[in-house]
Amino acid sequence: MRATTYGAYGGRYVPETLIPALDELERGWDEASSDPSFREELARLGKHYVGRPSPLYETHRFPPPGRRIVLKREDLNHTGAHKINNALGQILLATRLGKRRIVAETGAGQHGVATATVCARFGLECIVYMGSEDIRRQHPNVERMRLLGAEVRSVEFGTKTLKEATSEAIRDWIANVETTYYLIGSCVGPAPYPSIVRELQAVIGREARAQMLDIYDRLPDAVVACVGGGSNAIGLFAGFVDDAGVRLVGVEAAGAASLGSGRAAVLHGARSSVLADDDGQVLDAHSISAGLDYPGVGPEHAALRDSGRAVYVTATDDEALAAFHRLAETEGILPALEPAHALARALDLDAELVLVGLSGRGDKDLAEVLAR
Amino acid sequence: MAGATAPELARAAEAGGADIVEIGFPFSDPLADGPVIRRAAERALAEGMRTEECLQCLRDVRAAVSVPLVPMTYSSLLEAYGWERFDASTREAGASSLIVADLPIDVHPELKRVQLVAPTSEDDRIALAAEATDGWLYLVTVAGTTGARTELSPALAPLVQRTRALTDEPLYAGFGIATPEQAAAAADLADGVVVGSAALEAAENGPAALERFVAQLRAALD
Repeated sequence: MRATTYGAYGGRYVPETLIPALDELERGWDEASSDPSFREELARLGKHYVGRPSPLYETHRFPPPGRRIVLKREDLNHTGAHKINNALGQILLATRLGKRRIVAETGAGQHGVATATVCARFGLECIVYMGSEDIRRQHPNVERMRLLGAEVRSVEFGTKTLKEATSEAIRDWIANVETTYYLIGSCVGPAPYPSIVRELQAVIGREARAQMLDIYDRLPDAVVACVGGGSNAIGLFAGFVDDAGVRLVGVEAAGAASLGSGRAAVLHGARSSVLADDDGQVLDAHSISAGLDYPGVGPEHAALRDSGRAVYVTATDDEALAAFHRLAETEGILPALEPAHALARALDLDAELVLVGLSGRGDKDLAEVLAR
Repeated sequence: MAGATAPELARAAEAGGADIVEIGFPFSDPLADGPVIRRAAERALAEGMRTEECLQCLRDVRAAVSVPLVPMTYSSLLEAYGWERFDASTREAGASSLIVADLPIDVHPELKRVQLVAPTSEDDRIALAAEATDGWLYLVTVAGTTGARTELSPALAPLVQRTRALTDEPLYAGFGIATPEQAAAAADLADGVVVGSAALEAAENGPAALERFVAQLRAALD
């Protein structure tokens, strides 16, 4: 039986209208994930469509002397980020459930692009909610989604970012729940979403662990990943969480540190650590990186923080930008601004062999970086 | 919605013939609400209506009217304030019950509240809700968020039928009911109607406009 809560976090805090849909989703996922034909189809498409396994690449000029930094190259996946792992798995689930209309939210646009991509591949209607501020700063991804046949709906109220886009996607789902599959992009939301997303992203950690043993004959001292909602981190951590000697380090944007500065609150259907005031009102997050600009985080991360198994630190906008430029100039790789936060902290981590989740490529961020 | 004008608006609703008044305690991310209530919540929060201010508002409304008052809010406020403490404080301030829009029946079952059921709800959930509910059962007429619809949802009749077979609790229908005609049609099926967004819109034109609007609903029901 899969977890619906992680310690005191997670659960289902949604209008009663959605409960039958969540039950259906849970049953559907349990059947699919134990069905060999589903797993084979996912593995086949992962290999031939996404390009898995993604390489492990050891940087040469990027690390400071005496350190080794190895990148798990999710940026080389089809569509340029780890988001496709989850989108592909959930779209296979949606088709099993007979849903023909897909709604999703997106922040940086990477999940929106991944969802639009798999909808094109499977011939499904695709509607992506995106905050108008994110539409402005991640415009190339908006154009990509449209070229892939998706409808991008601008969300013009509140923070005009991922938080409001997620609320609108959930409202759409509530109103069209019989026909519509909500393809959530991170390990957040009501149960069973956090565990579905985790299981679909766990491929990152599974591969990385095997690759480490294969290439280095040892595990890394530390595994570092950026955390917004936290799907790339939870997927990478999944491969190492049982290896007590491997430090797990999540890096949040300093202005969006749901784990570092948050408190227990309820957002988007789950209890987690949230940037909220004393009255439980959700606060605005601020980050140069649209993908980290979210005041909530997956409930499993909150539990990992409380248990001490993972530690969560922050990086500022300037530190992320510096790491972005350093990786570009020393390795010839343009990272997305989200994993640039992880790169920034990996540089000063006191560990000899560090594995960093390079969750996406930076093409979408060029305008934002060049404007600085 | 809680705010400085809530007492006079509640008086107007009572004068127009409302039997119960719901008072929104605003939340920043109200998933169950459409644009009208969401915007009202944004305005209330911008005016500083946090939990303590909402409780004071509730006391002020309690002093102004004699009809039962039911706060409607979201889980995050209770999580921050303390679940038991929130319940005790609202009742102490004059509430008859409570509606928490994002709290399914089986979460925090110890919190006595008005339960909601929807057209998507299966019979076992409806039975559970009817058993747990506080005074009446809130029938959500549509799969969707709050806000006016052009027609009464065709999903209401079968929902009433299924629910009636399971319980004798009073059934009040809400979500999407905006006009006297819709209210009359809904009341033919259920025991009462809940009008939220349309009442908030009427209230934007002041207490007199709200009283006229509620009086029209009352006339359509009687």
